[in-house]
Formats: sequence, C-alpha cells, structure tokens
Amino acid sequence: MAAERERSQGVDDARGAKQSVSGRIRDWLGRNTFHYSEFSDLRALVRDKEARGLTISLCIPTLNEEKTIGKEIVVFRSELMTRFPLVDEIAVMDSGSDDRTREVAADYGANVYMAADILPEMGARRGKGENLWKAIYQLRGDVIVYVDADIKNIRPHFVYGLIGPLIRRPEVSYVKAFYERPWVTSDGVRPSGGGRVTEILVRPLLSLFFPELTALIQPLSGEYAVRRQVLERIPFPIGYGVETAHLIDVYYRWGLDAFAQTDISQRVHRNQPTRDLGRMAFGILQTFFSRLDSLGLAAELPDRATILRQFLVRDGVHEQQEYDLKEEERPPMIDVPAYRARRGLLP
Amino acid sequence: MTSSEILNCLPQFKGIALELRDVLLANIAMMGEILAPSGTEQDRVRFFLERLADSEVQCSTDENGSGIGVLMGEDAARNIVFATNADSLVRDDADQTIEIASDRIVGPFVGDNSVAMAALAVLPLALERMGIRLKSNLVLLAAARMLERSDHHGLRAFLDHFPGAVRAGVCVESVQLGRLNFRGLGLLKGEIVCRLPEDYDWAQYGTTGTITPMSEIIAQINRIAVPRDPKTSIVMGAIRGGISGHTIARQTNLLFEIRSESGELLEQIRQRVEDIVEDVGAASGMKARIEFYARRPPGGLEISHPLVRCARDVLNGLQVAPMMYPTIGYLSAFLSRKIPAVTIGCTTGERRGELDEIDEAIQVAPLFSGVAQMMALALLLDGGAADGG
Repeated sequence: MAAERERSQGVDDARGAKQSVSGRIRDWLGRNTFHYSEFSDLRALVRDKEARGLTISLCIPTLNEEKTIGKEIVVFRSELMTRFPLVDEIAVMDSGSDDRTREVAADYGANVYMAADILPEMGARRGKGENLWKAIYQLRGDVIVYVDADIKNIRPHFVYGLIGPLIRRPEVSYVKAFYERPWVTSDGVRPSGGGRVTEILVRPLLSLFFPELTALIQPLSGEYAVRRQVLERIPFPIGYGVETAHLIDVYYRWGLDAFAQTDISQRVHRNQPTRDLGRMAFGILQTFFSRLDSLGLAAELPDRATILRQFLVRDGVHEQQEYDLKEEERPPMIDVPAYRARRGLLP
Repeated sequence: MTSSEILNCLPQFKGIALELRDVLLANIAMMGEILAPSGTEQDRVRFFLERLADSEVQCSTDENGSGIGVLMGEDAARNIVFATNADSLVRDDADQTIEIASDRIVGPFVGDNSVAMAALAVLPLALERMGIRLKSNLVLLAAARMLERSDHHGLRAFLDHFPGAVRAGVCVESVQLGRLNFRGLGLLKGEIVCRLPEDYDWAQYGTTGTITPMSEIIAQINRIAVPRDPKTSIVMGAIRGGISGHTIARQTNLLFEIRSESGELLEQIRQRVEDIVEDVGAASGMKARIEFYARRPPGGLEISHPLVRCARDVLNGLQVAPMMYPTIGYLSAFLSRKIPAVTIGCTTGERRGELDEIDEAIQVAPLFSGVAQMMALALLLDGGAADGG
C-alpha cells in the first residue's frame, strides 16, 4: 500500500521518466543540504547579502529564558552585527516572562517586544507560534531567522548557517536546521540522543502522508530562516504544531525545492520530560489532522477532541490530569489589514 | 603621549571598552566554553588567534601550541609582552556552559582564565579604535601548557625562544581588578604517592591500606612550624585514594605546595617533608615517594620600580584601590629572566559557593576598567615606563 502510494506520487524527471520518492529525496539531499561551515566566510556572505539588497531580522521567541538569553544576544550582536553586519535587527518576542528575560535581553541591546502588544486588535494568544507570527508584522527584514532561546551552546553559525542558503540560492525560501542533540542531564552532557517526538511521531506520519518531507532530518527544529514572501502567506498554529504546519503548507504550495536544511552540528538544551513531549505530540497531531482534512487527504475525519489526559498515581489511586490543548491558528499575515497597510500593500 | 596625557585618557579608554562590550563578552562566553586542558589547548588558541586576526595582528603558534599575536610597532626591536594562560582546569566531562546575566557572567573557571584571554583578544581592536599606533611590538600571548604539572612551560619556553628583546611583561589574570603583583613567592609544587608494594605482607601490617600512612604524613607535615615572617605556608591542595568504603586503598596521592618569601626556608621545609615521607614509608611498609615537579625562587621588583609605579598610577586613575601582594603565578617566568613585569586583574569575581570549586562568577561592569587599564599600560610601557628600574 505504502509502495503503491509512493509510486503514485512519482513525478517526471528531466528525461520524462518517473522518479521514485527515494530518488527525489536523494537528489534533494544532494542539492539542498548544507553544512554551516560552507558559509563561515562571513565577509563574503555579507558582500553577497548586500549585493542582493536583502535585509535580515533575527527573532528569538521567549518565555522565561533568563539563563540563556543574555549569551544569545551578546554572541549574535558581537558576531553578526558588530564584527560582520549580516543581521540588521535582533528582536526578542516575549510571551510574558515573569523572570528577568526581557530585562537581560534589553540590557544587551536586543529590541524587546511583548507579543501581546503587537496587533492588539487581533487579541493575544499564548504560544510560541503566536510570537513567530507577530514577528512577521513587527520586524523589517526580507528574511526572518527564528532561533529558540534555550540553546546552551549558542554560536553564530546557528544563524549564518541558515541565512547562507537564502543569500546564495534565490530559489530556496525556507531553511531548517538539523543537528545532533545531546541531552543535558544533571550529570553533564551525553554524547547523543534526542528528537523523540520526531522519530516516533512526526517521521512516521510524514512517511505515511508526505514521504518527501522525510528528507528533512529535523522537521521540528526550532531554528529556521524564511523569506518574508513565504512567511506572510502561510497560517500559523500558535502552539506546538507550528513547525509541522509550515512544512506541509510550504511543501504543498511551493514544493520540496523551496526547502533547504543546514547541519548546525550540535545543539545543547535541557531535556524535556516525556509527559511534556506527550502534550507536544498532541498539538502536532491536531495540526496534522487538520491539514489532512483541509487538503482532502483523509475523507470524513470525525470531530477531534482537544483534551489530553495524563495520569498520576496518588496513594495508589490513578488521578486524571486533563489538558485542554486546542491548536488555534493565526491566518496568513498577508490577510491581516494592518499588515497590508504597514507594508504598503493594496487593501 | 606623556604619562599624564595617557592617564587623562583613561575615561576615553573605558568608553572604547564599553563600545566593544558585545565582542568582549562574546569572547568570554565562547572561549570559556572551549575545553582546554593543559596540552590540548589548540581549539581555544585557534579561536583566540581568529579574534586577533580582525585587527592587523600577525598570528602564529609555537611548538608548544601557544598562540602568539604581534601587533607590529614602528620599532621592531622593542617588544612588550601581555600574557595569559590558554589552558583551564575544566574537565572534559563537565558542563562547560557559561551564563551571561545583566551584571555578571557565571561558568566553570570563567575567572581562570577566560576573561583574561578575552580581554587580550580585544586589546588590538580597542587600540585601533582609539587610533593608537605603538612604537614597540605588542606581543599578545595565550600560553599553552601552563597549569598544574605543566608548570608554566608555555610561557617559559616562549620567553626562552622569543627572538627579540622583551622590554616588559604584563601577566593578565581575570580577577581581581586592582591586584598588582610585582614580587613572586618562592614555590615548590609536589606530589606524594603512597602505594601498596607488590609483596605487601598483610599478616604483618594489617589491612589499613595507603590512606592511613598518608594521613600520618599529612599530620606530620602540618606539625612543621612555619613562620609568619618571612611569609610561609604549606597548602594541601588535592588528595585522591581508594575506590570504595569496603576495599583497601592501594594508592593514595597528595598534591601540595610550599610557598615562602624565603628561598632558604623553602629548602629547609622541602628537606623536612622528604624526611617525613621516608620515615612514614619505612614504618608502614608502604612504598612512599615524593616528587617536586615545579620550583620557583622568590624575588621580584621593588615597590619603587617605575613599572610598579605606573601600574599603580593607572589603578588610581581608574579609582581602583591597588592590592599589592606577592604571587605564586607565572609572573616569576618573567622576573627570573630579569624582565620587569607585573600581574594585573581584569574584573572582580568570586566562586559561586564556598564548597563549589568549579563555577565562578565575574562582574561585568568592572571589565571596562580592566580593559582601559591594559590599554593605558600598553601605552605607558611603550613610552618607556618600565625602563630604568
């Protein structure tokens, strides 16, 4: 069955012959997979960026990241603004941290925004996707780079490795990071592992319905750089489903060749408990099924519940913990009148 | 520029350092997160040299792996050396992460010596921004193989083989801003090893293992009378022995130091410790041996030396109270070669907790005075401040 689906998805290659999914993935990997070191000549990259007249914004979505945000801002400002003017603005888009995240970020020169203050007429939602979406409105760049704030081993290549393909390859619109993911435990650093949700949920789902997208090594990575023309035209789930939705929407509209991926080498961050990953998986599944629905890939899906139940045992009794996790979506930014006005687009 | 003109420029130097805050702090974070145990500093040294390459600095490494940057002056015959150690004590299985808060930076051994190396790396850029061109060559050295048993090998080898005449040296330490060391204490670094002999007679000597005789050695060393004047001390630094509570410790190691302002006293204590080790070894039936792997004679500059005077003037100009005391650091590598030198600090800092010997915290705000201090000293030494002592 799967083989049949794969065959039916075959496309004509240049010689008119059908090419298998495996073949297309192999070709794409060869053409569109990079290593950050290919872009480490930052002087040359800045020259190319200026020649193309691009502006680049860096957005760091935050919620209580005071431990790591200072170093991220300092390293990015030093390496990508002061030493090499590759990035034109660094913004922290905060969901309402109650620690010193915003203060530390501002102290080190980031433009700090409260997501709730942007497009107030659209209301405020709490979630990373909300911050990413509002950044499209607030930031100026032709390219927006999103980098998570919880990275302990932050280095400038987390950004320039993603920008590089967009500067050098005009046909590429969306660049994702992939990396080895050593978990950090209280004992220190383990050499490898991670990506549990990717490997036991997302990759199997992509294999079932969008096999070409399995070419992306880390489909859920929180680091990506995207051209504004693409970002403003795709909807944004506000929660865990945002990366999955992007992949499917960009793939459906622009095809696999719009994507590229860059090996960022190693990313050290705090390991999440399995229960948290369960909630993440629930959000991703909601997004996935909503895409299957809207794209007509699954007929007559039943109404889907939004409650995730997890359990605790207290005094020998199993207690339910209910989480109402509804993956709301923001519309494509280009459909928002205030955005069109801000960008000088026709109403 | 005259000395007083240079001192008058201190506020401007500080302003330039503040302008370079991002680069300086990024240097600290990124250098600090590169593992650099003694003998394998190459990644950190490479990073250091890459930063220097932003300015017109000639970069190279020597056969020990030390990173050397030379900002060429107009008179190639004169050299001023600013040095720090490139290696650190962080183990390769430790979390190396450095955290930058608004007012401080916290991380493993960030005060020893990531800050100093980061400040050295930014110095050419700071001078360039001030439009300063020195007459002397400014040599920036990140010396490899310095700590523990390496015994400052990188700096000693550099000074022994450097082709030009070194006019003055400045040892740059991360902390504390205000320190001004111009004399070195005499130092002996030693290791005592107690080991069960292969033919150990269990019936005769019992099952106490090597920990008991080592504790006897320590007790006897502690009974050695050390005078307050001349300043003398014996430091028991690290001990390791045994593998579990119910097995006999086959080997116990003790690392220690003897420090004194008097070379004669140092020698007397050395002989006494050797006797103790021999006595206890013989009485216990253990193989007890002692090795002194590092020796430094006491000595240094007089407080009236022009270099000390001008370094003190710089601190006073920055409104930082000078703290003058003898050091056991690598200053002696310069002094023992008759090169006038001082040790300075870049910022203030402390260990995170009394018992935590790894994480250190340094303050951000004083760093800019630290860099201004280095800029002023470079200019003053270039003008001949260390000459004539």
